[in-house]
Amino acid sequence: MIHLVPNLLAVLQSSSEQTPEGSLFFPPKASNFAAEADWLYNFIFWVSVVAFALVIAATVYLVVRYRKSVAPEPQPSPHHSTKLEVIWSVIPSIFLVVMFWKGFELFVDYRKVPAGAYQIQVEGVKWNWTFRYPTGAESNELHVPMGEPVELLISSKDVLHSVFIPAFRVKQDAVPGRYTRLWFEATMPGEFPFYCTEYCGTSHSGMITKAKVYETRAEFDEWLKSALNPYEGKSPAEAGALVWERKGCKTCHTNDGSNLVGPSFKGIWGATREFEDGSTGTVDENYILESIQMPAAKIVKGYQNVMVANGGQELSDEERDFLVAYITSLAN
Amino acid sequence: MTTTTPDVHYLNHEKGFKSWFWTLDHKRLGVMYMWSVIAAFILGGIFALLVRMELMEPNGYVLENAALYGFSDKLSAADLYNHFFTLHGAIMVFLVIIPGIPAALGNFALPMMLGAKDVAYPKLNRFSYHLWLTGAIFFVMALVTKGLDTGWTFYAPYSTSHSDSAVIWATMGAFILGFSSIFTGLNMLVTIHKMRPDGMTWFKMPLFIWAIYATAVIQILATPVIGIALLMLTVERTLGVGIFDPALGGDPVLFEHIFWFYSHPAVYVMILPAMGVVSELIANFSRKPIFGYRSIAFSSVAIAIFSFIVWGHHMFVSGQSDIVNVVFSALTFSVAVPSAIKVFNWVATLYKGSISLDTPMWYALSVIWLFGIGGLTGLWLGTLGTDIHLHDTYFVVAHFHFVMVGSAIFSFIGGIFYWWPKMFGVMYSEGISKLGCAIAFIGFNMTFLPQFVAGSHGMPRRYFDYDPQFEVYNYWSSIGAMVLGVGLSIALYALVRSLMGERKPAPANPWGAVTLDWQCTSPPPPHNFDHAPPVDGPYDHELVRWNDELNGYEPVDPVDGDPNLARMGSAKTV
Repeated sequence: MIHLVPNLLAVLQSSSEQTPEGSLFFPPKASNFAAEADWLYNFIFWVSVVAFALVIAATVYLVVRYRKSVAPEPQPSPHHSTKLEVIWSVIPSIFLVVMFWKGFELFVDYRKVPAGAYQIQVEGVKWNWTFRYPTGAESNELHVPMGEPVELLISSKDVLHSVFIPAFRVKQDAVPGRYTRLWFEATMPGEFPFYCTEYCGTSHSGMITKAKVYETRAEFDEWLKSALNPYEGKSPAEAGALVWERKGCKTCHTNDGSNLVGPSFKGIWGATREFEDGSTGTVDENYILESIQMPAAKIVKGYQNVMVANGGQELSDEERDFLVAYITSLAN
Repeated sequence: MTTTTPDVHYLNHEKGFKSWFWTLDHKRLGVMYMWSVIAAFILGGIFALLVRMELMEPNGYVLENAALYGFSDKLSAADLYNHFFTLHGAIMVFLVIIPGIPAALGNFALPMMLGAKDVAYPKLNRFSYHLWLTGAIFFVMALVTKGLDTGWTFYAPYSTSHSDSAVIWATMGAFILGFSSIFTGLNMLVTIHKMRPDGMTWFKMPLFIWAIYATAVIQILATPVIGIALLMLTVERTLGVGIFDPALGGDPVLFEHIFWFYSHPAVYVMILPAMGVVSELIANFSRKPIFGYRSIAFSSVAIAIFSFIVWGHHMFVSGQSDIVNVVFSALTFSVAVPSAIKVFNWVATLYKGSISLDTPMWYALSVIWLFGIGGLTGLWLGTLGTDIHLHDTYFVVAHFHFVMVGSAIFSFIGGIFYWWPKMFGVMYSEGISKLGCAIAFIGFNMTFLPQFVAGSHGMPRRYFDYDPQFEVYNYWSSIGAMVLGVGLSIALYALVRSLMGERKPAPANPWGAVTLDWQCTSPPPPHNFDHAPPVDGPYDHELVRWNDELNGYEPVDPVDGDPNLARMGSAKTV
């Protein structure tokens, strides 16, 4: 734990410069909103620091100055001063109006989606994100080109979720039963964390993905093309690994033997499983198929019945076959 | 003439469980509320420590091991975590902070501050305490049956259609606690209106009473709304009527609106009485009238009114309309002004005071620091442009802990230390008490200051595991939580110790306050006052004078300086 101290110092050192790791208070500035949002944050910060320092300095000074150790007698002193009270009501109010106004202006920018923005549909489901692009391509990580306005049209299949990309300083709840939207223009190539930040149950903190920004439109287009047919040229097990990653299986089922919300896929092929109702069974193709389509039919002892059919995803027959092949390949 | 405890007082004039359980005495109810709230606080605190222990490392091990050792064979470690943070929040909000000052300290002190024998409706008062106990039992039922994993906010449709926990026990518990709160508010409101003694005009009331009055208005007007919201949630969950879940034809944002329509004003149910306590402490330990009495009194009322029209600032990214967002942001800033005025007035009160730094004053001064940070960090969240990034991150967690714990709980504890000599007729060890306060203050800042930075870096709330980049903040935060736990334990030890072994009797008036609650004996007689005490200004400190023999203050005639027997209330110590 000692290593955390130098860690902290390193963060302090880098506070002034803009690095891929971010500054003292912020992640990197990777979108058009970041500079202005951080400026406003810093403005409020310094106004608050000055106000707070004045209050605390006055408190400490007055306590030290007027402290009586024994049997304090009341001293004559002012109880009221209209002039003073007006001053300390009006001056903060001026700052408050400025804060509101700056926040309002920035908010208008946040909400005014430029015409012709590249629209990507985002769907949240417990506990995975799906992104759909105008070409019909689909992914579980957000891919965007740099320097182009991108609009996310957000929805949810089950409960409230929330799209949050700290490096872009954007956030919007995903609400079942209605669309919400946000927009941004990425200004820095790279990969940035993408979180769910509205509590959504067991694996809320596992509902994390990435926003990948391509420096040029050509690179982005190339990715788009490969995303259209992701399984092409792959063996069934390799394709299954992709399904596992893309369709959110990995949020609850690892491929390395560690157990999360659901049992790991590693080494279960051919194993005998004990179920909650006391019965047992062997893991074969039909067991896996049943567990994907009707997860509640057999619950492995020690686990809860939280999975929905197909993990809430629209899996094709082909994708189920790939998954079976993948789990087979993870046999010991 | 030395300090002695009166032979007969409210604690010993009747004995046995029944005499307490069925009592109508506001003082006994206040004391029972206080111990009950402390018990709930300890339970909620244990959950908080478990949460912080788990978060000490990015892929914490505490709950994983708990699950491994069969502590819970039905829940995964992630579920266990979700239950713990939910129970922490729900217990602290509904069982601790909301009833804390109004029901415990308000019940104990307010009628005496009015020179009255009891509250306006003693039976309703007892009923409210029994409702609190019933609500607490419902929460315990939720805890021992299937737990609770919805977050204290019960957001739909997770709570109505998805959670497999004991949601209905908890919502019914909160529903019942709501009535307890409404009845307490009603009682206080009527008591203040009808039972003020001759001579106590509105502007001669102690500021604590103004604060409880403003609080009571919110309790009465806002609490029914959450009652309705929770009932609708229960109906949807049990009968499948589509109110909130879009799968049934409902709207989840509607739940957010009615939930926050109560829960935002509820924040002021927590903070207004705390401000009242701090106003009393600062004035009395500076031995001078509070600076700007009227503006503090009016700011309490202003805050109570504004609190009803700012709820939408919890929902800037919920999908509500942009225009609504702008209006709520503007309205939110209107609350900032009266809050700032209070702080400035407290500081100005210190000017030319005769300040004594006893334990309650330590807490009051801590609150100036903690509420300063809690209040100022609200500015980022009220500002639309910055809230978008900070909403639902640890920045918000840190902000509301500074307000709800740093300000409300520290004031509550300061109030307990202030009225403790009156409650039990004993003085505690100043040394141990101050040590507890200092350690708690340091621990609190260590816990929550790093969370602001974790939040502005983008760490979301309610995360069981987190990105390793946030480790440094979480590590120090968890250490801080343990320090805070040690500090609060020392504070509790100081209080309990004062009741054990060789007791140090408290004088009628140890602090030199001139509000009427200090004019009867410590502890007070069952009926508080033998005859109605004369009323002067609540902060006319020249009306009392230190007396070495009493080890406390005695009333004096301000003109000739002789002891003033008429002001001694029941006058049994003389």
